[in-house]
This record gives sequence, C-alpha cells and structure tokens, in this order.
Amino acid sequence: MPTVSMTVNGKSVSAEVEPRTLLVQYLRESLGMTGTHVGCDTSQCGACVVHVNGESLKSCTMLAAQAEGADVTTIEGLANGDELHPMQEAFRENHGLQCGFCTPGMVMSALDLVQKNSDPSEQEVREWLEGNLCRCTGYHNIVKSILAGAQALKG
Amino acid sequence: MTGTGIGASVKRVEDQRFLTGNGNYTDDINRPGQSHAWILRSPHAHATLKSVDTSKAEKADGVIAIFTGADMAADEIGGLPCGWQIHNKDGSPMLEPGHPPLAHEKVRYVGDQVAIVIAATRDAARDAAELIEIDYGVLPAVIDMDSALAGGTLVHDDVPNNRCFDWEIGEKDAVDEAFAAADHVVSIDLVNNRLIPNAMEPRAAISDFDRSTSQYTLFTTSQNPHVIRLLMGAFVLQIPEHKLRVVAPDVGGGFGSKIFHYAEEAILTWAAAKVHQPIKWTAERSESFATDAHGRDHESHAELALDKSGKFLGLRVATKANVGAYLSTFGSSVPTYLYATLLAGVYTTPAIYAEVQTVFTNTVPVDAYRGAGRPECTYLLERLVTKAAREVGIDPVELRKMNMIQPDQYPYQTPVALMYDCGDSPATFASALKASDYAGFEKRRAAAEKSGKLRGIGISTYVEACGIAPSAVAGALGARAGLYESAQVRVHPTGSVTVYTGTHNHGQGHETTFAQLVSESFGIPIDQIEISHGDTDQVQFGMGTYGSRSLAVGGPAILNACNKVIDKAKKIAAHIMEADVSDIEFADGKFTVAGTDKEMAFGEISLAAYVPHNYPIEEIEPGLDENAFYDPLNFSFPGGAHICEVEVDPETGDSEIISFTAVDDVGRVVNPMIVEGQVHGGLAQGVGQAMLEGCVYDDNGQLLTGSYMDYTMPRADDLPNFSVATQSVMGASNPLEVKGVGEVGAIGSPPAVVNAILDALAPLGVEDISMPATPLKVWQAIQESSVRQAAE
Repeated sequence: MPTVSMTVNGKSVSAEVEPRTLLVQYLRESLGMTGTHVGCDTSQCGACVVHVNGESLKSCTMLAAQAEGADVTTIEGLANGDELHPMQEAFRENHGLQCGFCTPGMVMSALDLVQKNSDPSEQEVREWLEGNLCRCTGYHNIVKSILAGAQALKG
Repeated sequence: MTGTGIGASVKRVEDQRFLTGNGNYTDDINRPGQSHAWILRSPHAHATLKSVDTSKAEKADGVIAIFTGADMAADEIGGLPCGWQIHNKDGSPMLEPGHPPLAHEKVRYVGDQVAIVIAATRDAARDAAELIEIDYGVLPAVIDMDSALAGGTLVHDDVPNNRCFDWEIGEKDAVDEAFAAADHVVSIDLVNNRLIPNAMEPRAAISDFDRSTSQYTLFTTSQNPHVIRLLMGAFVLQIPEHKLRVVAPDVGGGFGSKIFHYAEEAILTWAAAKVHQPIKWTAERSESFATDAHGRDHESHAELALDKSGKFLGLRVATKANVGAYLSTFGSSVPTYLYATLLAGVYTTPAIYAEVQTVFTNTVPVDAYRGAGRPECTYLLERLVTKAAREVGIDPVELRKMNMIQPDQYPYQTPVALMYDCGDSPATFASALKASDYAGFEKRRAAAEKSGKLRGIGISTYVEACGIAPSAVAGALGARAGLYESAQVRVHPTGSVTVYTGTHNHGQGHETTFAQLVSESFGIPIDQIEISHGDTDQVQFGMGTYGSRSLAVGGPAILNACNKVIDKAKKIAAHIMEADVSDIEFADGKFTVAGTDKEMAFGEISLAAYVPHNYPIEEIEPGLDENAFYDPLNFSFPGGAHICEVEVDPETGDSEIISFTAVDDVGRVVNPMIVEGQVHGGLAQGVGQAMLEGCVYDDNGQLLTGSYMDYTMPRADDLPNFSVATQSVMGASNPLEVKGVGEVGAIGSPPAVVNAILDALAPLGVEDISMPATPLKVWQAIQESSVRQAAE
C-alpha cells in the first residue's frame, strides 16, 4: 500500500493507505481525526468540507493520494486551545448549530466564503451554502452566524 | 440569581465539542479489534430468495463471516416488533406479519437486508458482498395503495388485500345527521406526500460481545436507547436487560427516523456473539434513503358540513395510509391516534368521524417523521377550511375565527377522544395576522402584479398533541409500553450535580435546557451541572426523545427529583442548624432558618450528606441522590398560527416565499434561543414538504429519489428568514407548564405554504395543487387552468 504524507493542521502526518482511500477516510480512519464528517455518498452534503492549500474542498471528492504534500486544515485546527475561532464563536453565539453533524463543514465552508468576500450579504451567504446541507436549523441561524462571523473577522 | 435559570437564552453547553470537531458520533467510535460489516440488500422490491450462495464470498480476502436470513431463522431469532396494536372496526386486532431482521425466503422492498458480510475492513466486506450469488425469483411489486387494496399481488401471503387494519374513530351517525342538516358541504381529496427524513448523520452501529461475562454492548444512532434495549433484548434476541448495554452517543439528528428498532441493530448484536469481536457498520447515504423509515404517505378524502352562516357542523374523513412492507415500531400509531384524534383542530366542529385503512406495499416501512400524524391532519383541515371559505364565500380569516374554540371553553373535550387542557387560538391567530400585516396584503398583491408576479397569502391555524404521553391512556389505545420518563439527580459531595435523564439529546439542546431547570431549582450556576443521557448502563431507564416529549415529560421528572433532593437537604439543614424542618427555607442556593440569620449553602449541605458526622442518621440515609419517574396526566397541546406569503412567477411556475410568520404557543419557554431554533428547523422541514421534497418509487418499486441529486432537500437559498414568535398560554398539565416545541414548525407550516400558492394562483382559476408544489407542478397547473378556461 502506498504511503501518503501531508500537513494537517500544521503537523506533518503520514500513513499507508489503499489507493482508493478518500481524503476524508484518511483523516477519519488513518489519522483518527473524526471532526470531519461523512453525510452522503454523492458529494452533495458538505459535512466533509476541509481546506486544502487554503481553499475549501469536500474531502470526499479527493483521493488521499491526490493530497500528497498538501497543507490541510480541518475543524480541529481552528480553535486556539479552548478559545474558539471567531467563526466558531459566531456559531455558538447565534445558535448556528443543533445536532452538530453538518457544523464542521458549515464552519469550514463559511471561512472560505469570508476569505473570498469579507463582507457578504445575506443572499450571498445563502447562495454560497449551496453545497452544505443542514436538516436541523432551517439555515436561519447559520446564515446569521456567518454574517456575524464575517463582521468579527473584519475586526 | 444565577442568570442561567428558566427563561434565559443561555448559550448551549454542547456547542464547544461540536464546534471543535470533538463530537462523539457512533461512526467516530472504534473498538479494539473491531471488524466491519457490509449489509447486502435486495435490488428487487418483491422476490423470493430461491438460493443464496455465499461460498465464493466466504473465501474472499479479509472475510471473517457471512450470515443470511437462514442462519438467523435457524437460531430462532424473533421478528422486529411493532410497539402499538390497533384494532379493526370489528374489534379484531391488526395483522402483524413477521419482520425478520435478515430477509428469509422473500424480500419485500428494495433495500431489504439479505446478508451481512463481516470482514477486516469495510472495503473488504463490500467487495466480498459482490461475490454472493443470489437467485431471486422476481415477483410483481405492489407500490400504490389502491392497487394494493385491490389484492392480486400480496406483500405478505397472510394479509388479504394488503390491508393491515381498517380503523375508525368518532360518531358516524352523528356525522351523518350533521351532513343531512347542512347548508353547504365542501369536499377535498388530498395526498400527503411521502418524505425521506434525512437526518444528516447516517445510521450506524457497533456491536460487541464479552465472552467472559456474556455481556452484549451496542452503540447505535438512536433517539431512545432503553427502548432499543427493551425491544431488541426482550422480543428479538432474548437477551436479558442486565446483559445488554445500549449506548446512543452523540446523534446527528433524528426527526423520528432514529426512534425505531432497525434490523441492523439486531443483526450486528446477534453476529457479535458469533464472531467474538466487535462489528462496526455505518450506512451510506444511499442506504439511508432506501432503508430509514419514511414519513407521511396518506391519501385522504374529507368532507366538511357547514350551516348557512359558515358554522362547522360535521367532518367526515377517509384516509389510506401506506405502512410500507413491514410494520415499523410505531407505524400503526402514526396514522391513527397521532392523526385522527386531532381532527377537531382548533375548531368547535361538534361531530367528527374518520376511518383509516393502512396498507402494506413493497416499499420501505413508513413511520413517525417530525410531527408524525399531526402534519397530515393539519394539512387536511387547513386545506379544507380554506377551500370552504372560498366556496361558501366567507373570508378565510372570518371563517376560522367564527369556528374557533374560545379561551373560556377550555378544558375542551373534542369528539375524537382528546381533551385539550388549555390554549388560546384566537390570540395566536390575532398576533400572527398582525405580525404578518395581513391587513396590508392586498396592497402588496397589487404591487406584485405590476411587476408581473402573482402574490398570495396562506393561513394555517393548528393545535397538536404531544408530550407523549399518559401511559394509561396510551395503553388503553394499544401502546405496548409505558410512556413516562425518568430522572436521577445526583448531587456530588461538593455540590456539583449530574443529572441522568432517559430522554436523548440529538440536537434539541437538552444539555443546556435541562441544566437550566436544575440551575433554577437549586440556585446554582449551570457550569456546576452535567446532563448525562444515552447509555443504558448509566441511566436508570427512559423512553427517549420523540413526540416533543423531552421537556414536557422528562422535565418534570428532573424537577421532581430536584424537589426530593431539596426535601432531604432541608432535613439535613434543620439538623445542623438545630431548627425545625418546617422553619427551613430554600432560595437562591441557600438554606435559611426563618426569622434568623442562620444559613447554609447548597454545597455545605451536600458535603454534610456525604460526610455525615453531624447528621440525622436515624431519620435519613447519607448521600444526596434522588430518582423520579414522571407519568403525565394528559398530552400537551401546543398550537398557533402560521402565515405564509409567496410570489409566483407565472412564466416559470417558480414560487418564492416572501415572508413566513409563525406565532406558536408552546407553553412556558425555558430557553428562548433554543425554542426559536427548534421552530426554524420545523418550518424548514414543513416548507420542504410543501415545495421541494417528495419520495418517488417507480412501478417496480425502485426508489427514484435515492440520493441528494434526486431528492430535493431544502437548501439555504430555498428558504426565507422566518419571523418567529412565541405566545405562551399557561395551564399545560405538567408542573413546568411546558407544551413541546420540536414539531410545531413542521405541523403548522405546509398548509400555510400551499394555501398561499393557491391564493396566488386563484386569479388564474387554479383550485388545487399537490405537494411538493414544485415550479413544474405550478406551471402545469397554470397551463391546464388556462386551457380549461379557454375551453369554457
């Protein structure tokens, strides 16, 4: 089995995996980083969104081997110790999560939106979330959280 | 004051772990030495299993074992049970055909379990499953209810006409008399579209068996681990409770679909003892679509009798409900006692009669999905009442108002078994009309018309019954279990508290809301309180979370246990402060002696309870740890009014929700932030049902909507910002006076949306549209109406 190496949340990691292993499987099963979730098998739900080389990406759409040498950030890499990242804090403040399953993907996706558009409108947030499904919140408070998170990050 | 008691929008305790990727969902758990399972499923909706040859697959790399229905049958494993027995009109019990966990001799829906492959890795198990050779004797499938009731093809050989039962409620003769005396009769035919629940976390399970102790463990994505232990242990696998631990850790949404005892739980638990190692299984989303119990799926004909003034005289309803291929855990109760008992709605209709036939088809079982029976009922009533307003020529607001139960009529006994304890529908309706600026609608309609859009407004006023349930009532109606809830409140020596609740938190925020109850009761801050749930080895007992019951039934159990703690603590305080117990007062976390300055803090009393050096040991035991079971006296009855405003583009049929106003009476609100969030989520599912979602099987029983590319889930840009308010009417029959909020959004909203679309299309002569009201359907309705009008 080939060895795949990359940087995840600033740490060098390496694991032997079957060639068909997806990046999300590599994170969850090889590295035991279970914060990134799998909610579907058609790359629709967005629960598995991580950042690869600074861009948001559904980690079920990429083989682990394709991420060889990449710089990957997951939900586990955002908080500074117990101090939440401003976007995480915005979700907490605005009740932007209920069961928590879609949350890692929502937060990672939101961060990419904000780095591309630091002051998004409500409509822009709703359209950006095209690739992220939530069944609990009706998106109302997720949208509110992302708008608040964007403002917090603008400082 | 702690600031974290009842009424405070406390930020959620559980969020820290979810936001940092530290949730602990079933698929996140790995057991030492675990194997992995793949379930081989039937690709046919209806077929005999002529032969199942696993010999090649057994030799594949990594395979540990393969089991089929024949293996389970040889071990005399029981069928999956149904938890609610319904009786036919003639008093005979419903037909309950066997439901083997692994199909034996016959498969009955696409996705039915045929074999379990256990291997070193999931990929190995999946690869090996492809080597299993099955000779299916394909049979004709029966998918729609009318064909099923006509007989011919039988899903179960021992169920004639595929009819599970034929049930009735209400007074048929009284209704016939009401119709004979009516000035107007309005009728409607409705389909309540079949939905696929789609909790974002797919179902998963891990089983384990310890040979040295004969102890089974099952981790599972369940809303009610004790119910699974009871059903699987007692009825399927014959494992006594003390040898079976069921753990439902963090669960990623349920919406009803994770109430039921699923085949995979029993298969994995049984197989763990065969292979002597843990077995892990996680559904793919495709499996969730095909095998999670679906929701709704009713066809109804309803008639409303009115007098000259518009007063409702009688209601007659005939419903067919699809239960799928097998009776799921609560499949029989949803289209009966959770549906037709609500047919009075918020109205004083004096005579009601309903008959419900349930039908087996070659589709996945249908069971409770957010609202469970009440959305079907509300949709029927509110479509019918709106149609009546149009046909009789009375404003839909006025027609509702003149027929509404008035506040002074509570408690209100309906003609269909329920007694509403409290409520004020006219008040919530008035608030919703005001908040939505109903009075200004015609101006907005005119403005929209100028830009080529059709604007419509739709109303839904509803009441529902939840907080399930008084056990005695449920038992009399056929429930095979009690429906109380339990709590243990364990005060630790230094005054912090762990609460063990039998309900289950899978997004509802119990870890916060329940801690607020304890914070209020003991006067201690919320960070001193931990809520524990989900593990049958830790929690004494419980009936779980569904039917908006957790706070209404589980909450009073916690409150009662807290009160027992306080009663005992007062005795300890009285002893130490050398006062009479009757003089001990407790407030803000302090025990005081009335009329003196003597006081002891909550933590001092708890320490005394565990270090009983100066203690009334002859009167009470050491320790501060109390249990309570609470069985409610009545259901709870949330209600309210939902008003939706849409704009339809007549060129494309696209409908956009411009505003959605919900005013709900959910009784006392413990955490307003969480309550609003629950309403938002329910509304999204209701709007999804009304405009987007619909399960489709083809005539051969193939699921056409089996992925997120085919089944339209509501996305962020499909939904508006919701205008949500609560208006609490006190008096619910539980000590907290709470009513339940989890389902109101999904119950009230679908008819508001559809009524709004029909109102928009009314000028074009469109009179009916079915859910989901997709752009295609709206466009077709417009075209058909214009053709018809041209012909006239």
